[in-house]
Amino acid sequence: MTVRKNQAHLTRAEKRRFVDALLELKSSGRYDEFVDVHNGFIMGDTDHGERVGHRSPSFLPWHRRFLIDFERRLQEVDPSVALPYWDWTVDRTPTASLWAADFLGGTGRVGDGKVMDGAFAETSGSWSITIRVDQRPFLRRALGAGRRELPTRAEVDAVLAMPVYDAPPWNSASSGFRNNLEGWRGADLHNRVHVWVGGQMTTGVSPNDPVFWLHHAFVDKLWADWQARHPRSSYLPVERTRNVVALNDTMRPWNDVTPADMLDHTPYYTYDA
Amino acid sequence: MSQVSRRTVLGATAGTLAGLAVAGSSALGAGLARATSSDSHRPPSTGLRPFDEVYRGRRIKGTPTTDDGGHHDPHAGHEGHSGHGGHAGHGGQAHDFGYRVTVDGEELHVMRNADGTWISVVNHYETYPEPRALARAAVVELQGAALVPLALA
Repeated sequence: MTVRKNQAHLTRAEKRRFVDALLELKSSGRYDEFVDVHNGFIMGDTDHGERVGHRSPSFLPWHRRFLIDFERRLQEVDPSVALPYWDWTVDRTPTASLWAADFLGGTGRVGDGKVMDGAFAETSGSWSITIRVDQRPFLRRALGAGRRELPTRAEVDAVLAMPVYDAPPWNSASSGFRNNLEGWRGADLHNRVHVWVGGQMTTGVSPNDPVFWLHHAFVDKLWADWQARHPRSSYLPVERTRNVVALNDTMRPWNDVTPADMLDHTPYYTYDA
Repeated sequence: MSQVSRRTVLGATAGTLAGLAVAGSSALGAGLARATSSDSHRPPSTGLRPFDEVYRGRRIKGTPTTDDGGHHDPHAGHEGHSGHGGHAGHGGQAHDFGYRVTVDGEELHVMRNADGTWISVVNHYETYPEPRALARAAVVELQGAALVPLALA
């Protein structure tokens, strides 16, 4: 059974195996397929048009399924690997062990933002950025260089307290748990973390940075935490709604999975806490 | 690959979708067909004026693609007949939000949010009040790098 653990609690061997599996997926070309799919949805999901992966109720089940697919690919390389999650309310500085050279490597250098250490640095020769929006072929970061800090536990708790999953108009203007977690309104949780990391993480090709998966694994865990706090709340909308994935509609690109299928994560994995 | 054109991205996306979709290529086709059928209306007027300036050494330009008379800009209109959904863009924006931005002549993919703020594919998770601020933010982020062309045949 897959158990997703807090990245801060991984052993040295677990980190090594996770990194090695990422490098293997990258060299096989399968990693970049995920970057490409994500960017396609980023550019295609719009507030007044069809929206599936982002700025819509299906943001959470879409990314849950996306991560399950990715985790399965990793496990084809190494069955012992599970996606770790990054609790950015706790590990909230560039000196966190997450950013050490034996795991994801650190921030980018001044001038061009290039990451200079760890397995994903350009100098390692194993992590060229091929699906990209500009010409730079190297992983970049600017950890904490922006004006804002990472979200606090209090900010997360305030969002987890929201009892309604989502609300009309079912987009970036919505009230409710989903949009406050996604970050288009309110304290801004998920979006702000992308900005805090900087580099490719601020772009449509954000999965180029392996931290994408650890960030989204924590966002996914927060959805599970919200469900536990609000057992009588559920995914909305239930009724067919134009341009929006309702509870029992299938989601692109899979076309055989619905939000209803994704509400319970425990058939796929559990969390360590 | 040295450059990822729109067409290259499209091809890779289609391949990946086929790989990810358990139901196979027929389901993929249905999904794309559905994506192309929605939202095929004329872009709304943003009421924003054009701009053209050099910012930190980069030429940034912004151009409305519609005006109060509803006429299409010939370079950015006619997006409605195909290409919606972001997987089948054709020579321009997957969606036309009524305004076009370029950096040194290359189109910056931009999007208008429901509250009227803007994002781009370079600064996707942070909103800006209007396209000039968005273009300037892109210049800062690009640190001199050129955008990958989105509009290659």
